[in-house]
Amino acid sequence: MPSGARSQIEQLKKKAEEALTKPPAFGPDLDLSKYRYEVEKPKDWLTEDLIERAETVGVDLSERERSGTYLQLDHYSIIEKATAGSVEVMSISKALESYDWLLDYYWKALSVDMDKFTALAEVKRTEGYFIRAKKGVKIDLPIQACLYLKTPRLAQNVHNIIIVEEGAELHVITGCVTPKRAEGLHIGVSEFYVKKGGKLTFTMIHGWTEGVDVRPRTGVMLEDDASYTSIYVNLNPVRTLQMMPKVYLDGRNARCYLASIIAASKSSYFDVGGATYLRAENTKAEIVSKTVAKDEAYVAARGIIVGERDGVKGHLECRGMLLSPKSVILAIPELEARARDVELSHEAAVGKIAEEEIYYLMARGFSKEEATSIIIRGFMNVDVKGLPPALALQIKKALDISAKSL
Amino acid sequence: MPLLEIIDLHAEVGGKQILRGINLSINAGEVHVLFGPNGSGKTTLINAIIGCPAVKIVKGKVMFKGVDITRLPTPERIKMGMGVAFQHPPKIRGVRLRDLLDGMVNKIGSKVNVEKAAALVKMKEYLNREVNVGFSGGELKRSEILQLLVQSPELLLLDEPDSGVDVENLTVIANAINELCELNLKPSMRTRAALIITHLGYILNYVKADRAHVLFNGKIACSGKPNEILKQIMEHGFERCHECLQEQGVK
Repeated sequence: MPSGARSQIEQLKKKAEEALTKPPAFGPDLDLSKYRYEVEKPKDWLTEDLIERAETVGVDLSERERSGTYLQLDHYSIIEKATAGSVEVMSISKALESYDWLLDYYWKALSVDMDKFTALAEVKRTEGYFIRAKKGVKIDLPIQACLYLKTPRLAQNVHNIIIVEEGAELHVITGCVTPKRAEGLHIGVSEFYVKKGGKLTFTMIHGWTEGVDVRPRTGVMLEDDASYTSIYVNLNPVRTLQMMPKVYLDGRNARCYLASIIAASKSSYFDVGGATYLRAENTKAEIVSKTVAKDEAYVAARGIIVGERDGVKGHLECRGMLLSPKSVILAIPELEARARDVELSHEAAVGKIAEEEIYYLMARGFSKEEATSIIIRGFMNVDVKGLPPALALQIKKALDISAKSL
Repeated sequence: MPLLEIIDLHAEVGGKQILRGINLSINAGEVHVLFGPNGSGKTTLINAIIGCPAVKIVKGKVMFKGVDITRLPTPERIKMGMGVAFQHPPKIRGVRLRDLLDGMVNKIGSKVNVEKAAALVKMKEYLNREVNVGFSGGELKRSEILQLLVQSPELLLLDEPDSGVDVENLTVIANAINELCELNLKPSMRTRAALIITHLGYILNYVKADRAHVLFNGKIACSGKPNEILKQIMEHGFERCHECLQEQGVK
């Protein structure tokens, strides 16, 4: 590594160390001393549980209908391979060793000192993936990445970077998962760069347990004519999960669509949102949030659209359904106009499941339970355009599992 | 034995008494129409027959095929052969019409071909749409009739299938109702029956009804031949029903 690069990393580390106690802007603070940070590389990694759990979050280890795979177990990269020639999949440490230029993308879409979680991800980074689609290539089958947190009380602090070069198209599906009984902390720093005319769809499926705290930190930079689609689905209860991905539409005509579908049950605490910054001419953003809360679950569903230039458009849709008297949904849509000629709108609705709809379906012969699950599953549907069939099917499967968890 | 027999039915909605002693018999092969001013209890009567949880039966009973179904849950009544087309069906977001119909076919073991049924009511292009989302008045009515076609019930309960519908839609809907009621068969061959709520009686121009009733203030004030009753209503409104009921009360 050249000396300039070394000093750049040292500076980042120093900044991070100073921010290790900085509380997050949203969501509950966590005591970082209660986690363990060292773990040995597992010998027999391919367990039944891993195969089964990975499959639920969309990661097919037989690699049918995939263009590449990254699999990380605790702190260690186990599989890193790409089957398509014009795409690269490797661990972040290997990528940083291989490409000096990667430092131009390292902590550029996010600040390392944003809060204690970004800081920890730098000070105690434990791998993560690097995926790059080279200029002009269109990868039809998705690349899959699986982050498996196995060892109890472990903090897994990954740093991921995806680069979609000019005119390239890439689909990535990331599944983060634990064994059925688990506890620990997962921090996922993700920096995505979509260059001029590039397209990235990013599907993230979470299968956590009630003992896991999760703090993803995501920054996305979009150049001219770039488009970014993100779909988030959670399958199981969690202890606490807070994330607020930021998407910067810096290039003309850039587009982004963020959808999150959250089925929250038991005592899960979710604080999930998305922030989009329309900073260039003719940029467009759409944020869709669907939340179903049951038992004593708490969900804050946030959405922020900032219009900074004339002629930009943004729409925010936030829908919540409460299934129990003790669950809470807090919908916070925010629109911020910083130019006169912007078109920003939102619709938000939170309520219980409509009795009228249940009765309607019962009058078609369905039992009350069947009617309820048809309505919930329908509520969770999102209509995402331009997804390859394999991915659309995977999302459908995830939503089926998610709806059944309620 | 009548297919449907309602005996001295009293019912409340939200603590308010709506039905005050309804007696009504419908035999297999018969089509009945139900008139009545707004708020007279027409929709509540259909909801009571189908077992809507919001309708509380305080007295009387509903017999279907000779079985007392007064306390039977709605899906059980559907299984026995009842079907309803609602006046104001709700939107079911995220559920495609096709998936709902396929689900019904599986649930009740219907042998009806969904595509063919959809073609009959000109709903083929709507199969991939979300149920009732963004449907116009006529589309909502056709969608309701399509669901009945798939279900193929013995007793049809139709709540204003002709309101807010243009002539073209009305023809399509009426043809399907005639098919559902087997009105193309000889009367002695018919096994099905229908109770149709109609506000202005448009449907009578296309569907041959056997008997009409006027519901007024929660009671059946008058029964008779559909065209005679419609003529009376057109000429005098529902004012005479009030008088009729008062006379009945005196008797």
